[in-house]
Amino acid sequence: MRFPFKTSYEQDIRLFRDGTMAVWYAVLAFIVLGLPSLLSRYYIGEITWVFIYGICGVSLMVLVGYTGLVSLGHAAFLGIGAYAHAYLLRHGFPWVASVAIAVLITTACGLIVGLPALRMTGIYLAIATLAFAVIIQEVFTRWESVTGGFAGMAVDKPTIFGVRFNDEASFYYLCAALLALTILLTKNLLRSPTGRAWVAIRDSEIAAQSMGVHLALYKSVAFAYSAALMGLAGALFAHKIAYLAPDIFSILFSIQMLLLVIVGGLGSLQGAVFGAIFVALLPPIIAILRDSIPANMVSIASATGIGLIGTAGRGIGEFLKKPGVEAGIFGLILVLVILVEPSGMYGRWTKIKLFFSTFPMYKRDSFKRQKTYMRSERMR
Amino acid sequence: MTFFRAENLAINFGGIRAVDGVSFTLQKGEVFTIIGPNGAGKTTIFNLVSRIYDPTAGRLIFEDRDITATPPHRIAELGIARTFQNIELFEHATLLQNLLLARHVHRRSSFFSELLFLPSVRRMEVEHREAVEKVIDFLDLQQYRDTFVVNLPYGARKIAELARALCTNPKLLLLDEPSSGLNVEETDEMAFWIEDIKNLLGISVLMVEHDMKLVAAVSDRVLVLNYGRPLATGTPLEVQSRPEVIRAYFGG
Repeated sequence: MRFPFKTSYEQDIRLFRDGTMAVWYAVLAFIVLGLPSLLSRYYIGEITWVFIYGICGVSLMVLVGYTGLVSLGHAAFLGIGAYAHAYLLRHGFPWVASVAIAVLITTACGLIVGLPALRMTGIYLAIATLAFAVIIQEVFTRWESVTGGFAGMAVDKPTIFGVRFNDEASFYYLCAALLALTILLTKNLLRSPTGRAWVAIRDSEIAAQSMGVHLALYKSVAFAYSAALMGLAGALFAHKIAYLAPDIFSILFSIQMLLLVIVGGLGSLQGAVFGAIFVALLPPIIAILRDSIPANMVSIASATGIGLIGTAGRGIGEFLKKPGVEAGIFGLILVLVILVEPSGMYGRWTKIKLFFSTFPMYKRDSFKRQKTYMRSERMR
Repeated sequence: MTFFRAENLAINFGGIRAVDGVSFTLQKGEVFTIIGPNGAGKTTIFNLVSRIYDPTAGRLIFEDRDITATPPHRIAELGIARTFQNIELFEHATLLQNLLLARHVHRRSSFFSELLFLPSVRRMEVEHREAVEKVIDFLDLQQYRDTFVVNLPYGARKIAELARALCTNPKLLLLDEPSSGLNVEETDEMAFWIEDIKNLLGISVLMVEHDMKLVAAVSDRVLVLNYGRPLATGTPLEVQSRPEVIRAYFGG
């Protein structure tokens, strides 16, 4: 196990704890840059989803994981960003201006939703944001002059400063760069007073207030910032999906985003990325298994002569094709994560890291929580 | 100049008058303790002073300024910091982050400069850290610096709360039962620290406390409260011999 030797306060402010960590992130950046030349177009397209969901994940992580406010309405912010961007592009705005205005519009919407949120916590806030999302989805359907209603709205590939991002690889790089920027900016906020104020609000509102944190202000800022990131993700989402329709931005999408941050691990930016990998790559993995499991099991059956294996394989294949199975698997995984690993994939990752860095001295109990003392009588 | 004065404080919860006509004055550099049986309204007075509750009647004056209508998040800025009876630390953050949050009142950076983490923000962060380190040294918390608060032992949490309050650079410190849950040695230690806070840092202390040994050791003056009404004020010795105080505590 390494103990970084600290000689200056700057060391606790830096982005990377030490050289080793910086090297690992450089390796990761290198892999991300190199992937398009190794994988087929289909896989590059799927990994692009990881980056877009990653931005959504960071957005929701700020709100749920750091400020402790639950939102079931983030699909609405994504939709507002996507439609605003598509509308502005269609009316001849340059790409950068269009994204900037779309982000500003979602930020404003975030503030408007955030204002009543100052008086609500927990389940009530979740319901309020859910209601907002339902209203916005209705607006997408009815406001046909802008959104095209059910007929939908086609979105062209992006052109930034004359450069066309018309193939999978170039759009992949664009999304990767914007995710990296999002993470950097959010990390900056989290290591400065704003981020600490958010964490304080999450853990104890009354103490935060007594230490001088303006609760209403910082909650609104968290809402607005989260909405802004969702707007940015929405703009990329519009290009990726190429055709916007109101039913994409449903409650199911909001729940999927919430699933993303919980499975990834609440309270860590890495968790947002882990969660994005999970949410973006699970459907293609199910799709691949749907075809490969029956085929493999049938070939095993014909090789061994046990007919039962082939029947079982075909059965699994049929089952995986049924509608709703994907949502069911998502739900099952969410339940298992909450039961087995409440700190999510990032929590598991830190445990695996500790196992190797302390090998063979790893103790399972290192992560066991101590008793939490008196938390009653909280003046809410 | 008045340092701190409460005038005829009163608050109703529904039909219950929890605090009724309480007045007291605090001199600069004094340790003033509020004692009284359970339910006498001690913590309520604290919540009134830190503006979490709105008084039904009465006024609060701090450094010649009326703070009766000041919003609660501005209180720390004026120089009043508090601890909580049931410990309200930010549990899923390290001790260091808890203490840095207490520097929030001294924040001078804007949202956008923080978003880009400009050199000015970096400089401010180092300044905050230096201030926090002084408090860590003062209260001997070095070993816990990077520990998450959930993993701290109870005694250390108590001191961490004291440290967090000190990190705001207060002029007046409100301590809500600093010795509750501490063993005899830890309580003795707490007494020394309160003395040091008063003598070395020059901070005035308003305290609610049950441990009479601690009260007698550190308090300059004591206010006895019963059923929300003031019973007696004076030095710890004077107050203990007053018949009405003895009656409130022991009956008869």
